[in-house]
Amino acid sequence: MSEPVTLKPSPGIAPAGGHVSRLDPQVAQRRVTPRLRPWRWIVSGAVLVVLAQFVSGIFTNTHYEWHKFWPYFTRESILDGVLVTLQVVGLSAVFGLVLGVVVALGRLSTNPLVSSLAWAYVWFFRALPLPLLLIITFNFSYFYPRLGVGIPWGPVFAEVKLSTLTPLAIAVIALGLNEAAYAAEVIRGGILSVEHGQIEAANALGLSRARQLRRVVLPQALRSIVPAYGNQLIGLIKASSLVYYVSLLDLFGTVFVLESRHPESLVPILIVGAAWYLLLTAALSVVQFYVERFFARGSAHALPATPVQRLRRFTVDSWGRFVGVRLTRRGF
Amino acid sequence: MTTTLDTAVALEIRNAHKSFGPREVLKGIDLTVLPGDVVVILGPSGSGKSTLLRTINHLERPDLGYVAVHGELIGVEVRGDRLHELSQRAVRRQRTRIGFVAQSFNLFPNLTARDNVAEPLIAHKRLGKPAARDRAIELLAKVGLGDRGDAYPRQLSGGQQQRVAIARSLALEPSLVLFDEPTSALDPELVGEVLSVIRQLADSGTTLVIVTHEIGFAREVADTAVFIDDGVIVEQGPPSQVLDNPRQPRTREFLSKVL
Repeated sequence: MSEPVTLKPSPGIAPAGGHVSRLDPQVAQRRVTPRLRPWRWIVSGAVLVVLAQFVSGIFTNTHYEWHKFWPYFTRESILDGVLVTLQVVGLSAVFGLVLGVVVALGRLSTNPLVSSLAWAYVWFFRALPLPLLLIITFNFSYFYPRLGVGIPWGPVFAEVKLSTLTPLAIAVIALGLNEAAYAAEVIRGGILSVEHGQIEAANALGLSRARQLRRVVLPQALRSIVPAYGNQLIGLIKASSLVYYVSLLDLFGTVFVLESRHPESLVPILIVGAAWYLLLTAALSVVQFYVERFFARGSAHALPATPVQRLRRFTVDSWGRFVGVRLTRRGF
Repeated sequence: MTTTLDTAVALEIRNAHKSFGPREVLKGIDLTVLPGDVVVILGPSGSGKSTLLRTINHLERPDLGYVAVHGELIGVEVRGDRLHELSQRAVRRQRTRIGFVAQSFNLFPNLTARDNVAEPLIAHKRLGKPAARDRAIELLAKVGLGDRGDAYPRQLSGGQQQRVAIARSLALEPSLVLFDEPTSALDPELVGEVLSVIRQLADSGTTLVIVTHEIGFAREVADTAVFIDDGVIVEQGPPSQVLDNPRQPRTREFLSKVL
């Protein structure tokens, strides 16, 4: 590369039209080195300096009171709160998903009554603010003390006394009903994204509706459902902090109570709360990543790399580019 | 209806009418196909040939008239003086006897080639899963893809995908196979491999109804060529007549544009 390119007429190459290439024929044999990007490294360096200052501040600023972090992070009441949050989120996610599938299929039904009912469901539960819905559910037993199954206007076979519902059950019902309305729209969008030809092919093969859904439509729909639903679940984790309204002590509720009881430890308690929510959301994102990878089978795009694969590629590529040496992938 | 349908006729279409809203696409089609025959349907786009093909396996419900395959009415039954549409379940059972190959292949992208072919066998409980997969590989081998069973559709070329789709349509051993422009979505260089698979199928004695624009192929493989325009059959007969010496000016005009 150091040797200058000689610009001389080369009688050996005389393509049609009589034009003569003026470059040394050797040049065509040379490998192209990707452009170095010095500004990228300078900007990255500057950002790292600012970041380093912030990080060092976290450790040197005494208001953080890091010695209190771990005791609060693992404090029994906080762990109980985390458990309640996990229970509320887990149960209402399952309840919401199952009901969401039913409502989505309802909205896609050709029966006008079924599709209007499903539409009305989505409209109703998306319209109500979650705290209001929680309080309504909490007080539902005032206007419907019992719910039973039986013949309309006739005898009742089985019934539940609504006033006996625990705060956890109330929270799960309210969050689940709300979640189902959003999940239904996400699922409906996913199903609509499946090409019509797929359903026609399944019909032509005589597959039953249930089998079409299970083997053909849902696996393809899930590719677009999973990212949107992951978003939805993260929203649900945060929405679960509202169960405070039905006197359920979840992670947020515990943080809130602790912080008013120990105002001297305000900052560490808030950090502990934030850390737990960050952790829960991170765990969910990891699960989502692998679920997405699973449903990407047979897709046009290559499977997304796992974090380990990405780290390897990044270190190899940037190091190679930085020193201007081509590294072979072999051995990595 | 007192007369019974002839079970020796592979496919019988009588007076088939179909409208989409105000537009009448089929205006009374009559067609008889004998077992082992290969019928090629030609016609300008919008002439109703795809709709006709889709009424044969009841992907479209005819408004009037009927379709019968081996003496069995498709998608309807006679009750009193009317034809009544059958249940979805009954129609699905009938479709297992009619193979269908679409222009855009419509393989299931989430399943491998092998599982695409095995799917109808498993769904209709013809075979258990392992046996169905073995059978799928046999069928793939027949279309020259015995070694590509583990590939997903998107890893295959268009021609290969269409051959998998043909293998899938044959899985349930249908007595009749319908092809809706099987090569129209393919690059020219890939058309040949698909046509040669269809040719093999024709030679093996399977009854085929093929909508296509490949006139040369039609001439070579068809027992009967049918020219459709504006929802009616303009002309039908052996390819030597319809394609080489058409009697109707409309047929002649169409062929002069295509050839």
